[in-house]
Amino acid sequence: MSSVQLRPGAKIADSHVFDLGMSWRGYRINKMCNALSQAPERAAFKADEEAFMSRFGLSEEEKNLVRARDFSGLLAAGGNIYFLIKLGVVTGNGLYAMGAKMRGESYEQFLATRNDSGAT
Amino acid sequence: MGRIIAGIGTSHVPSIGGAFDRGKSGTPAWKPLFDAYVPVREWLTRLKPDIVIMVYNDHGADFFFDKYPTFAVGCADSYAIADEGFGVRPLPPIRGDLEFSQHLCRSLVYDEFDITVCQEMRVEHGFLVPMHLCFEHAPDWPVAAVPVEVNVLQHPLPTARRCLKLGQAIARAVQSCERDVRVAIVGTGGMSHQLTGEQFGEMHPQEDQDFLDRIERDPESLAGLTHEQMMRKYGVEGIELIMWLVMRGALSDRARRVHRNYYAPMTTGMGLVTFEEQA
Repeated sequence: MSSVQLRPGAKIADSHVFDLGMSWRGYRINKMCNALSQAPERAAFKADEEAFMSRFGLSEEEKNLVRARDFSGLLAAGGNIYFLIKLGVVTGNGLYAMGAKMRGESYEQFLATRNDSGAT
Repeated sequence: MGRIIAGIGTSHVPSIGGAFDRGKSGTPAWKPLFDAYVPVREWLTRLKPDIVIMVYNDHGADFFFDKYPTFAVGCADSYAIADEGFGVRPLPPIRGDLEFSQHLCRSLVYDEFDITVCQEMRVEHGFLVPMHLCFEHAPDWPVAAVPVEVNVLQHPLPTARRCLKLGQAIARAVQSCERDVRVAIVGTGGMSHQLTGEQFGEMHPQEDQDFLDRIERDPESLAGLTHEQMMRKYGVEGIELIMWLVMRGALSDRARRVHRNYYAPMTTGMGLVTFEEQA
């Protein structure tokens, strides 16, 4: 008899949990981001972002989220945060900048809430 | 006969690696974290483990969701440093212990843990940050390593209790090793953090301190928590703490706590606890 570890669709502090449903939905986005672990792929993304997205079969909606650097939208579309961080690296959006946006704050406002923002 | 001599629970936050590489260990913001590991390295130098079993999770450096193992064990004579998306860190490659890894894999599978055996593995911050926090590595690492990778990204994850039991099975594997190897085991990750949504960056220092108490005195109470209960206490990404239970499960009831530290400067509770088995 298996125990219920996570109720289907349960949200934690207003966040979706990355489960099999999310992983299936975001597969193309995550696969594209996964490629960015390799330096030649990072160069290819920077050289021609549109071709790069097409190569991984992103839908028009998904492409729009990437074009807009809409990381909250990408998360909702099934992107996994650890893979989106790789997209953040090539587009100049660090994790804390992404996080500030998710909180609805500016980067400076976010840093002001930290105990020691020197630890970045 | 093999013997587990020490267990360590530690966070593996990537920014620790960045601070280390940029020589910021002594800055006011980072000193409270790095200073806590100085006595740990001295202690490990005295204990002289031959092998460290590093229980960690990959963050998309080597594993992808096309095929995603619940537990994966390194079974090679060396492990390369992975590129996670911002280049390869300047660290010596990781030396494996092929014979011990093969014994460990055999023992775990016959003990009914159906792990994925990996003859090539590239390791990243989840593995590397604890390595360089715990071990001096110039010119080379003083210890061979076995990476044990755990799925904490894509639910369903292994239960907390399953992780504790994996630790117990690892202990049996070490004890049944014919060589007189001295083994340290490290459970990595956490502590509290939340990297998505409006609560991005929320930490729960009181829950983290409570976890540090319980991992020492009452790990059973942690093994009984569901993932949902753990994520409410420690945040969605704080679920990494299940990996500390693998480490704790590998220790006997006689293990004594040696070090403890906690620091929560930015977005992740950074915890440290060490245990030593009595000779």
